[in-house]
Parts: sequence; structure tokens; C-alpha cells
Amino acid sequence: MRAKRVTFRHRWLPYALIAPQILITIVFFLWPASQAIYQSLLRQDAFGLRTEFVGLKNFARLFADPRYLDSFITTIVFSTLVTALSMLIALVLAVMADRVLRGALTYRTLLIWPYAVAPAVAGVLWWFLFNPTIGIIAYALDGLGYDWSHYVSGTDAMALIVIAAAWRQVSYNFLFFLAGLQAIPRSLTEAAAIDGAGPVKRFLTIQLPLLSPTVFFLLVVNLVYAFFETFGVVHATTSGGPGNATNILVYKVWRDAFEGLNLGSSAAQSVVLMVIVIALTAIQFRYIERRVEY
Amino acid sequence: MVENRPVLNIVQHGLLILGAALFVFPIYVAFIASTHTAREVGSGIPLLPGGEFLTNYAQVLGEGLSSVGAPPIGLMLFNSAVMAIAITAGKVAISLLSAFAIVYFRFPFRVLAFWTIFITLMLPVEVRILPTYEVVAQLGMLNSYAGLSIPLIASATATFLFRQFFMTVPDELTEAARVDGAGPLKFFRDILIPLSRTNLAALSVILFIYGWNQYLWPLLVTTDESYYTVVMGIQRMANAGEEQPLWNLIMATAILAMLPPVMVIIGMQRLFVRGLVETEK
Repeated sequence: MRAKRVTFRHRWLPYALIAPQILITIVFFLWPASQAIYQSLLRQDAFGLRTEFVGLKNFARLFADPRYLDSFITTIVFSTLVTALSMLIALVLAVMADRVLRGALTYRTLLIWPYAVAPAVAGVLWWFLFNPTIGIIAYALDGLGYDWSHYVSGTDAMALIVIAAAWRQVSYNFLFFLAGLQAIPRSLTEAAAIDGAGPVKRFLTIQLPLLSPTVFFLLVVNLVYAFFETFGVVHATTSGGPGNATNILVYKVWRDAFEGLNLGSSAAQSVVLMVIVIALTAIQFRYIERRVEY
Repeated sequence: MVENRPVLNIVQHGLLILGAALFVFPIYVAFIASTHTAREVGSGIPLLPGGEFLTNYAQVLGEGLSSVGAPPIGLMLFNSAVMAIAITAGKVAISLLSAFAIVYFRFPFRVLAFWTIFITLMLPVEVRILPTYEVVAQLGMLNSYAGLSIPLIASATATFLFRQFFMTVPDELTEAARVDGAGPLKFFRDILIPLSRTNLAALSVILFIYGWNQYLWPLLVTTDESYYTVVMGIQRMANAGEEQPLWNLIMATAILAMLPPVMVIIGMQRLFVRGLVETEK
């Protein structure tokens, strides 16, 4: 790792400067993470009196537990839907906004603010809109002949949290797509237009390929978001139900720790999640290195 | 735009307006609901503002929902503001200092320190919920502003951003400062910080929103109602158990909970966009 060519010399100052950050990292990040790994290898009895070392048994039990595997599938379905929905809508809006000559800034202002709304608050808003008795959307759906009920139907509950989680993420994706589109030299699209390529063809053969780094980057970021930052959406609305239809992994790990008091299992789940974040972050960073070469 | 296509222009504005409307719709309904009585909201779906605006907002701000054990929203807003500002200031401060140390000094364990900070990226709260809670509990930081903010202020992204920026600062400035007899702290204070002003502001906008919108962490470390933050407190009102939720008051709270971060984004749009794009690089 590079430092400056011109640096300062001091015996203790650099340590003093870096100490607060390192201290907080060790106390609140590294120590708890190592505890999670350690606890995932232990099992406590029901009264918390005795703990024994069980090796990888917690993991074996976890992956033999159909409810955990269900939660995994639920999470994958949820993340895929959130990512696909928010990226598609954002891409359409960004392509449109990129074509606008006048008023582009107004549109941008109108489209970026949902990013500021916390996932949990977004959840409560859509929870209200879809409320089977007083929600305006549920009422409209009823008019169309669909009997909406996220208290009973797992599919409805899933649709609800997907919409609430994706709503806010559209803004984020929109900003990155718009920045990506505006970085494409106009001369390319103009040359294609002179050669007779229509807007759709230009999009498919010029803009989309040149956007592919942005698409890939957003894919990873959105997956991380859907996996780890959507706890609030679920906790504030469906609480994992009905049944376990919306019991995503981050919600399950919290519930097993604080309501189920199943420490070994919760710690093992934490470790599995840790592996997932590390994998996603590694992918993201490899890709960033490649982008630098561009 | 490359060529003039009237049909496409109409489609384009139509889609954008539709998109904007879709975004505003939930807020509009929430606002409308917050201006009616609970009975009006419960009996039908009002589409125009009612006359209870002042009553509802005064009630949530001043009294809260005592029936479900929610403190006044005014207090929760204050807690959220304290937490968001403490997280922002803390992250900026410790990241500036550590980036300065990493870029402008050569010292043993420098690379190790860098990687230690880097690893925090891979350990979001969600994956180490219980042990982190235990650490905070043992330190006696539950139900305190310190507990709400300090564990969240280690930040790899902010450190990287400042490191990246410091690397672009010309070495000639450092040399000139040294020739003039300035020590590292004077250089840091009088040259580096003024140069980083825009980056600092952009980052602060992003961090404020991040801090304000925290949910899981306040849920874990606060059991005392007087430390509830508004984003996590709203869920208590919505899940009131057996009672019929008072939707008009919940929606008033939702509006109040999102108002500060939304104002920050709209008011400082350029800084926000810059901050978002820079931190993700």
C-alpha cells in the first residue's frame, strides 16, 4: 500500500491519530465477530448453566434444519425480486431522464428523495397502503377482484416487503444509472443515429453495453442491501409471518438470539452471514480493481 | 437528445411523471391520513386533507401515544438527531485522523492498521448482533447516547474516501509547509482540512442519513423509552398488539420521521449526489 513520497516523522503521533478508530474497531467489530465464531462452536443447556464444545455440530444442525433452508430460499427470492424490480424501474427512468433536455434537474429532485426514507418507515407506509381493511391499494385491488391479505397469504406478505424494500432503492439505482448514461460520449449515440439506428437499437447496442460496469456494481450493492439492510422492513411490518413466509436470514438470526435465546444456533447463523458478506465484498472489490484498468 | 421524436418525448415525460407520482403517492396518502381523526381514517379512505392537522401533530409531538407506551415524538426526534449528529461527527473525526496517519506517516504496523479498518466493511451489525450487544451491555452503555452512537462510528468507507483524497493532494504543498517550519498537526489543520471541505460536507450528508435511519441498533441497545429513536419507535405504535392502531397518529409520526433526512437530501442535493457517488467508489 502506497504512502506519500513526502511524509512527516514523529515517534508517537501516527499511533495517537489512528488509535480511536482501531480501538473502536477492535472493541465493537473484531472482538464480537470472534465471539460469534467462538460461540458458534459451543452449545449451552436450557438454563445457560453448562456450555460444552461441540465443534461444527451447530452448523450441521443448521443445514439439516428445513426451517433454516426455507429461510435461505425466502431470502434469495426476496433479494432477487428487490434487486430486479428496483434496477429495472430505475434503468427505465434513468434512460428517460437522460433524454430530457429541459427540466432534468427537477425530475432528479423528484426521483431521489425516497432514498432518505428509512427502510422501516417505508415498510410502515406500504403496510398502511396495503392494509386489508383501510388501505387504499387493498381497496383498489378488491375492486379488481383480488382479495389482498398480507396477514394470511404468504405471497401477499412477500410482495409487500419486496415493494417496500425496492421503493427506496429505486432512487439509489436511478442516480447511478443516470451518472453512467451521462458519462457516455454523445458523439457515439449521434454517430449511430446518423447511421440510422433508432432509439431502441441505440440503447441495446451502445448504451447498455457501456453501462455494464454500472449494472454489475449495482447488482452487488443491491444484493447486499436486500440481504443485510432490510431487517427494519420485516421487523416493522410482517414480523417474519404469516407462518415463516417472510422470515429472511437477518430477521431469523435476530429472532433466534433475542426471542428464541438459541445462542449457539444464532452464532452459527451469524457466521454463515459473515461468509456471505465477505464473499459479496470480495466480488465488489475485484470488480473495482478491474474498473480502474478501464 | 439526438433527434426530435415527438411521440417518444411524450412517452418519456409520461413515464417520468408516472415514476415521480409513484414515489410521492405513499407520502401523499400518509399525509392525508395524518390530517384526519382515527375514526375517519378507519371508516373510509379519505383522499383530501382533513381538519385535524394541528391536533394530530400537536398530540404526537407533545404527548405521544401513551396507550401503547410510546413517548412523545418530540423526544424521539431529539434522540434521533443526537444519534445522527454524533455518528456523523464521530465518523468524520476518527476517519480524518486515521486517514491522515496512514497517508502522511510511515510507521510499523501501518499496513496492519489499514487492513484492520478495512475488515469493518465485512462486519455489518447484522452479522454480529448478539456478541456486540453483549459487549455494549458489559460496558454499561445500554440506554445511553454513547451506546447508540459510539459502536457505529468506525467506518472503513469514510477512511478510504479521505485516503483517496489525500493521495491527490500535491506533495509540493507538504514540502512547502515543511520548509516554512509547519509540523504535521499544523499542516493537517491549516492545509488538509480546508482542502477537504467539500468532501467533508458531502460525506456528512450521507452519514447523517445513515445515522438517522438506523433501526436494528437502537432496537437492541434501548429498552428505556426515553432513549427511543423515531425510526425504531414508530414500529411500537404500528404493532400495538390487540388494540386497533391509530393510523392517523402513526402516519403523522412517519411524516415527522422522514422529514429531516428528506429535507437534507433536497436542500443539499449536489452534496448528496457527490457524497453517494464518491463513497461507493
